[in-house]
Amino acid sequence: MQYMLCFRETPAEFDRRNHAEAPAYWGAWQAYIGAMYGAGIVISGNGLQAPDTATVVRVRSGDRQVVDGPYPDSKEQLGGYFIVDVPDLDAALTWAARSPAAAAGSVEVRPVLPPPAAP
Amino acid sequence: MTETAPDDALASAQARRAAERAARASYGRLVAIVAARSGDVAAAEDALGAAFLTALKVWPERGVPANPEAWLLTAARRGEGHARRHAAVVDRATPDLQALLAERADPTDAAWPDDRLRLLFVCAHPAIDPAIQAPLMLQTVLGLDAARIAGCFLTSPAAMAQRLVRAKARIRDGGIPFVVPEPAELSARLEAVLAAIYATFGTGWDAAHQEVVPGRPAASGLADEALWLGRLVVSLLPEAAEAQGLLALMLYCEARRGARRDAAGAFVPLSAQDPTRWSRPGIAEAEATLRQASAAGVLGRYQIEAAIQSVHVERRITGADLSPVLVGLYALLAQVAPTVGVQIARAAALADAGALDAARALLDALEPGCRAHQPWWATHAHALALAGDLEAARAAWQQAAGLTDDPAVRDWLLARAAAG
Repeated sequence: MQYMLCFRETPAEFDRRNHAEAPAYWGAWQAYIGAMYGAGIVISGNGLQAPDTATVVRVRSGDRQVVDGPYPDSKEQLGGYFIVDVPDLDAALTWAARSPAAAAGSVEVRPVLPPPAAP
Repeated sequence: MTETAPDDALASAQARRAAERAARASYGRLVAIVAARSGDVAAAEDALGAAFLTALKVWPERGVPANPEAWLLTAARRGEGHARRHAAVVDRATPDLQALLAERADPTDAAWPDDRLRLLFVCAHPAIDPAIQAPLMLQTVLGLDAARIAGCFLTSPAAMAQRLVRAKARIRDGGIPFVVPEPAELSARLEAVLAAIYATFGTGWDAAHQEVVPGRPAASGLADEALWLGRLVVSLLPEAAEAQGLLALMLYCEARRGARRDAAGAFVPLSAQDPTRWSRPGIAEAEATLRQASAAGVLGRYQIEAAIQSVHVERRITGADLSPVLVGLYALLAQVAPTVGVQIARAAALADAGALDAARALLDALEPGCRAHQPWWATHAHALALAGDLEAARAAWQQAAGLTDDPAVRDWLLARAAAG
């Protein structure tokens, strides 16, 4: 089963990327991602730049709206994601709990939609 | 608003906790009695569930009633008409509740039978999936809800609830008997009960047998509940040496809980712990329990694991080199219980005793099944470092750090990876 692990981080956690704590922040992620690759479960995945680099697009009745910044008023923002292939949801949750985001934010785990059956 | 002194707050928190414990104990006792009559755990829980929730709310405020079981039964009977209208399933248990009440025209003065031992054996019956046995015990005997259990076992609440429902249906439909097994099969069946309790303890404490490999702290999880169940089994089966062995093992781990973190919250491995921060009464109770267990002269895995903990304690207090003793105990343990966790701990003991080749060989043999297993990587790193292969040790510490879900342990492992 493929699952997407969506890592949600707090503003404080995003801040750690740029300060004295940066080595500790990246060290923890590096170890976690290394362990996932080591276990051979990674299909794909990436870290994302901070939420203030986001741009949001909407099209409403033909009107194109473009807004800077992420969805507002959310305590936690998407900081990265990985698609992993593991036997079941329990295994996916075990990997989610190991991520640095689990203790400092949250991790959403969702099954990937299987490709549509051939017609 | 008046300020509550910290001592008062602590005392009232303890009183609340005691009332909650009493509610859980009485609830489990009644569920066991009712379910043993009907063979239907789910119906017994349904019949008593509302009364139990009321008790959880009322007892911590007003105190535990003089006869807790009678209080719960009366509350269940009062709620019965209401429940009847809404849930046909309650009907299955109400005849048993009513029979129980009829037998006890004066339910306040009789001693209540304790059928919880039978309920524990039902939960750990071979026909029940081993993975759900511990959650089943926690729900039926202690009344924990599926969401709480799911969190501790890192499962989704919906999936946990579904598995519990399925297991209870299996008990009812399979006619699993509510009996204490015959002496001939008692020890094998008891093993399953104890394994489920130990698994419960493990939700708060990975790698309890050795802290070269840091596990999770016991501050969270279900360590308290496991201890409670362990004491229950010892009180219901006082002759079972292994039940006492398991209780002793858990008590040793628990006694060291406070020393596993320093003032700043950083992880402290056993070899660096300050023994003055261990709980002296806790260690004393563990020692006494282990002594009592060994008096029966029937050795088993939990007694050996508790003995290992006892040696760890002695080593830290006296400073004596007891590594050969530990190697001997682990060899014995590996014969009785050759689990992956035991083998990894044995490899650590061998490495500490200087038998690096034997440790490496053991770890290499375990590797295929352990690529995503934090204790294996931490022990592997430890052995590599002792052998002087610092570069490989650093990589292994790093891998271990990526596999823990405890931030304090992760920091400790990453510091190792940086230092080599």
